[in-house]
Amino acid sequence: MASDMRSPLAHAMGLGSAKKGVGHWRAERISALALVPLTLWFVASIIAHTGSDYATFIAWLRTSIATVAMILLLIALFHHTALGLQVVIEDYVHSEVKFVAVIAVRLGCFALGAAGIVAVLRIAFSG
Amino acid sequence: MSNSTARRPRPLSPNIQIYRPQLTSVLSIVHRITGVLLSGFAVWLVVWLSAAATGPRAYAIVRGVTASWIGQTLLLAATFAFFLHLCGGIRHLVWDTGRGFKLRSIYVSGWSMVAASVVLTAATWAAGLFVAAR
Repeated sequence: MASDMRSPLAHAMGLGSAKKGVGHWRAERISALALVPLTLWFVASIIAHTGSDYATFIAWLRTSIATVAMILLLIALFHHTALGLQVVIEDYVHSEVKFVAVIAVRLGCFALGAAGIVAVLRIAFSG
Repeated sequence: MSNSTARRPRPLSPNIQIYRPQLTSVLSIVHRITGVLLSGFAVWLVVWLSAAATGPRAYAIVRGVTASWIGQTLLLAATFAFFLHLCGGIRHLVWDTGRGFKLRSIYVSGWSMVAASVVLTAATWAAGLFVAAR
């Protein structure tokens, strides 16, 4: 019961469209909370590396903290993006295109997140 | 409910363009728009990391695009969109705890997040230009 925020009566009566709304809402907030420090770290790091050359940039990204933080950023960012874009699509698209668009966004975010993580790992473990 | 009932034109609320834009409604849609824009920026992040993983030549191409005037303009827009979405998001998280719903609080937090976004964007670019000029 504690895992969703509906009242015991609403839970017993099965109210709610797909019973997934609270989970979506909560995941959007938790990923947002994670993104506050991660994105601020990212912006600060980019400022610090403005104008630095390839070798310096790679050396930075190979440090454990930068590797881990960048991977966490990619996970939180694309999870949040998928959740957010899904709500935007559901609010404005009312045809069958909606389902295709939501699935495309989901798969696209998954692919981009995976590609980003692989890129970071390739840099971290290269040479 | 039968199909004929569902297809009958339902009364619609007045169209949005007849309303005077207010800080509350403008910031609401701005949060959405910046969120969608930042999705595009997230794609750029992956392209940038992939180029860095590929090698110096690929990285130089992505850097060249970013350093061009159009790249810098988009990056500036992305910075402002990021801070608007960040500050707006924090405002939403405060609202989610049930606080800050007095009309005055809503306007104070609204103008504060706009001011904070402008200041943080300016500070970020000033710091970046300072580091680059070192």
